[in-house]
Amino acid sequence: MSEAEVADEHHDDHGEAHGDHPKWLQHHWDTPAQQFDAAKIGMWAFLGQELLFFSGLFVAYAIYRTWYGDAFAAGSHELNRTMGAANTCVLLFSSLTAALSVRSSQLGKKNETTMWIVLTIACAFIFLIVKYFEYTAKFHHGLLPGSAFGTPRDMLTFQPIPGAHSPAGELPDHTHVFFSLYFVMTGIHGIHVIIGIGVWAWILKRNLRGDFSKRYFTPVDVTALYWHLVDLVWIYLFPMMYLIDYVAPGHKG
Amino acid sequence: MAAITTDQHGHGGHDGDPNVNYLNNTRGIWSWIYTLDHKRIGLMYLAAVIFFFIFAGVMALLVRIELLTPGRTIVDPDTYNRIFTIHGVVMVFLFIIPAIPASLGNFVLPMMLGAKDVAFPRLNLLSYYIYILGATFAVISLLSGGVDTGWTFYTPYSTTTNGAVVLMVLGAFIAGFSSILTGVNFITTIHKLRAPGLTWSRLPLFLWAIYATSILQVLATPVLAITLLLLMLERTLDIGIFDAHKGGDPVLFQHFFWFYSHPAVYIMILPGMGIVNELIATFTHRKIMGYRAVFVSSLALALFSFLVWAHHMFTSGMSEYANMVFSALTFLVAIPSGVKVFNWTGTLYKASIWTASPMLYALAFLFQFCIGGLTGLFLAMLAVDIHLHDTYFVVAHFHYVMVGSTVFAFWGGLHYWWPKMTGKMYDEKTAKRVFWTVFVGYNGVFIPQFVLGSRGMPRRYYDYLPQFQTLHMVSTFFSWILAVGLFWMLFMFIQSLRHGKKAPRNPWNSAGYEWGAPSPPPLENFVKQPVFTRGPYDYHLATDAEIAED
Amino acid sequence: MIHLLTSLSLTPPPAAFDLPPAISAESPDVDWLYNMIYYVSIFFTVVITGLMLYWVRKYKRQKGDKRFETPHYPRLEIAWTVIPCFFVVFLFHAGFKAFMKQAIAGQDALEIGVRGQKWFWTFRYPNGREENNHLYVPVGHQVKFVISAADVLHAFYVPGGRIKKDAVPGMFTTLVFTPNVLGDTPVYCAEYCGAPLGYPEPALDGAPHGGHSAMMAMIHVVSQEEFDKFVKEGPKKPEGISDADWGKKLYKENACITCHTTDGSKGTGPTWKGMFGHNVELNAGLSGGMGSTMANEDYVRESITKPQAKVVMGFNPVMPPYKLSEKQVSAIIEYMKTLQ
Repeated sequence: MSEAEVADEHHDDHGEAHGDHPKWLQHHWDTPAQQFDAAKIGMWAFLGQELLFFSGLFVAYAIYRTWYGDAFAAGSHELNRTMGAANTCVLLFSSLTAALSVRSSQLGKKNETTMWIVLTIACAFIFLIVKYFEYTAKFHHGLLPGSAFGTPRDMLTFQPIPGAHSPAGELPDHTHVFFSLYFVMTGIHGIHVIIGIGVWAWILKRNLRGDFSKRYFTPVDVTALYWHLVDLVWIYLFPMMYLIDYVAPGHKG
Repeated sequence: MAAITTDQHGHGGHDGDPNVNYLNNTRGIWSWIYTLDHKRIGLMYLAAVIFFFIFAGVMALLVRIELLTPGRTIVDPDTYNRIFTIHGVVMVFLFIIPAIPASLGNFVLPMMLGAKDVAFPRLNLLSYYIYILGATFAVISLLSGGVDTGWTFYTPYSTTTNGAVVLMVLGAFIAGFSSILTGVNFITTIHKLRAPGLTWSRLPLFLWAIYATSILQVLATPVLAITLLLLMLERTLDIGIFDAHKGGDPVLFQHFFWFYSHPAVYIMILPGMGIVNELIATFTHRKIMGYRAVFVSSLALALFSFLVWAHHMFTSGMSEYANMVFSALTFLVAIPSGVKVFNWTGTLYKASIWTASPMLYALAFLFQFCIGGLTGLFLAMLAVDIHLHDTYFVVAHFHYVMVGSTVFAFWGGLHYWWPKMTGKMYDEKTAKRVFWTVFVGYNGVFIPQFVLGSRGMPRRYYDYLPQFQTLHMVSTFFSWILAVGLFWMLFMFIQSLRHGKKAPRNPWNSAGYEWGAPSPPPLENFVKQPVFTRGPYDYHLATDAEIAED
Repeated sequence: MIHLLTSLSLTPPPAAFDLPPAISAESPDVDWLYNMIYYVSIFFTVVITGLMLYWVRKYKRQKGDKRFETPHYPRLEIAWTVIPCFFVVFLFHAGFKAFMKQAIAGQDALEIGVRGQKWFWTFRYPNGREENNHLYVPVGHQVKFVISAADVLHAFYVPGGRIKKDAVPGMFTTLVFTPNVLGDTPVYCAEYCGAPLGYPEPALDGAPHGGHSAMMAMIHVVSQEEFDKFVKEGPKKPEGISDADWGKKLYKENACITCHTTDGSKGTGPTWKGMFGHNVELNAGLSGGMGSTMANEDYVRESITKPQAKVVMGFNPVMPPYKLSEKQVSAIIEYMKTLQ
């Protein structure tokens, strides 16, 4: 291919892009498709790091569940399965609404998009409220990480509650390790939910402002990708924390 | 056949004004603080990493002075421990990890792609400020007394010792996210912003190295992040994950830590190897022998680096079976490393070699990487590693890889791209003298340490038996020569900024893509969108005009 | 494989190049491997650097140099990828075999307990006797070390035996060692474990200063008879010295010296100067609610055997418990009485 041909061909591309260089297309991109693909690749790479971030916790869980099987089983029984299951449903539903918000913004239906985003944010809040009640109960029973284990405390002030009963004494040794992991894993997941609410709120604002169209819906798309990951992590946390009744060999369940 | 649509007459600027470039197109401090230009961000990183390099380098000099004589030389044991910890933490997390990818990489990556910027310019700036935030926490930790844990933060020592450990760990944790986001940005940029004609098989080898590095940054750093987070919680809440007294496992911390920190070694060395490819190609005027083998070996090193972390733990009490597996996997690393060395050496055969100052650093890299790599074989071999582990032999080995290879490549790259970045030449004669001072000083510091280690001198020792003194004195003596060389280099670059001759477009007669832009480049790098019809090392296809100075 | 090669009488490299004198039956294998890889490394470094320098000189850039395409040598490239593979498989196998010798103990190995704590080593013999910083082992008898740590990570490192293993809190690690040369050889701590405040004397005479680096012990390889005699005898007061002087000696040998000063200056633990017979202010939260106590015989005894029971105000509960005889504790008390 001669130089002239290449330059010409390229010039055509470029000309086209220039003739149609919308405001939302950043200066260093030639085409909207290029910018969209880049955002997707970037978000997937980011989700890769998210997975590896949680993976350390999953490895720690696997090791200590093998070491302290009966403690993990006992700790798991202390969790509220109803609330956990409810939260799982809420998050699953929010993933659906997130996906629908992408769909509606692809179709350029601005009001529908607003509705789905608001529903997603609402689900996230419901999840956090349920989580708050669960945490409060654990605090009141002294089911806390590490050296705080065994002393009932108020959740907001962290002051000990005199006279409150804690089942901690009847639980096997090392149950505090289970609660350490429970709080760290659900806590970090909760932080991801909070960050998600922030991002969704920003997307909602941009949607109301009319930033998105059939041709430009990249931010909605990548935010939904992130939200699915948050959902996915919970899908693993729920059975690992709430459902698994591990019985150590030779131990009566 | 011409290959690059270049600005052969050095015209830059948006409206073709050759005097307008990225350095002066906007003015004032805020135009730098808010800049989205990858070149300015690269320079800002460069300034920061050089600052931390000097700071941590002074700490290293203090360590060497303390070890000049047995017993107390200048400080007491506790202070000594804090000094070597600062040296390690700052050098690893604040200097060497961002040094090449975030500073030089940021500058040349889009230019080598023929792009106007990185994929996510705002994320790029954010990464910089996250890095600065992390560094700030580390500095606050130092101001409140520092930490004495060593840069590895091994538990349970790090969870029980006094000092501002949480702040320091938080600093490293935050700086890690800067590294992750830079990785995300570069991966995307290389995938989506290659100029027309820039196929994967024409990608400059420096970018292959940066690509492999970015993958490691994205996949390994989060494991460090979660480890450091758990460490902070262990220290503040006693969560019992890493502390044996609470039911945890200190060896698990080591597994987590090295699952990041071994790939981190490749985050440090791969970009250095990438630079050496560019230098050797430019100064031999030919394509690196076995281009394909060289980039495949970069990717192979990135892959293997995830499989060998526990070779840092052969004495940690892991099972013999685990030791066996990790020893075997570790030897795999030797193959791609060897392939690279053979290819670089082979490239010199019948080439047209110009030993300008950047090339001297590349040749020194080759020599020192041989030593660093071959001493790695001692440490991969189980029985021998048991003797050498945690001695000065290991200290010398990793300094040969980190300093003798990565930092020499960094210096080489800095000399090489300096004219492009600043638009000024430095004094070549001085640069050569600086090189020899640094080269002699550096090797004089670390060769004695190999001998110390094999004779059984453990690392992180404040004091030692008299039999080790001669070698320690030699090492300390050469550390002063190295320091003189480095301050001389700094002075040389400052002189270049003040009085340097104006740099031509292509002072090294390179066929590399980034040299097609003016020196210094205008805001969006190239005046016209470049189109590539040959590889960056195809000197036999490059026209005389392309590799001419102007 | 190593023996196969050595028996082929490939010129064996000079013994122990740059390695400390070997004192165990396991060392020669390690030394052989070390020397072999040492010469291989020298060979490769010289060849690569030599070629590099030669070519850089020979192919110096001249004006008017033509620029050629780099030739491709597929066979050469395959060769330098595949041949090293065989070489590293050999290295791995040889290193692993020699390693396993240090890892697996025979049935009749002498079991010695090793405990690391800041900043001294305690050795425990099969009959229960414990000794700090001095280990006696019989020559020619395989020893199995069972290693533990009381506080943080340490590593038991005997350069003369080419052996090293971490002492990890919460687990036991093991190491095998067959001394075959009479004499003394040092033990170091190879895993960083911090430093005391100030600049106290090390517990072992002649050892370096500074906590981690001061954590040195001495292995005395002796005949079987001498060993048996040593193990049977309990710790004895040296002849001809007063109780207070013995106490002073114990103060150093048991590494009390690393944390407790005798001149009133601040250390990791409270100073002994002017302590005995006076009231001590306690950290009530760590001492079962007790705010102060009289530093009498009973308090000192308790603080040696159960150091965490009462913790002096302003100090961390970091002292490991000691197993000392009645006579030793009394001697230390006598010594403390002299520090007024």
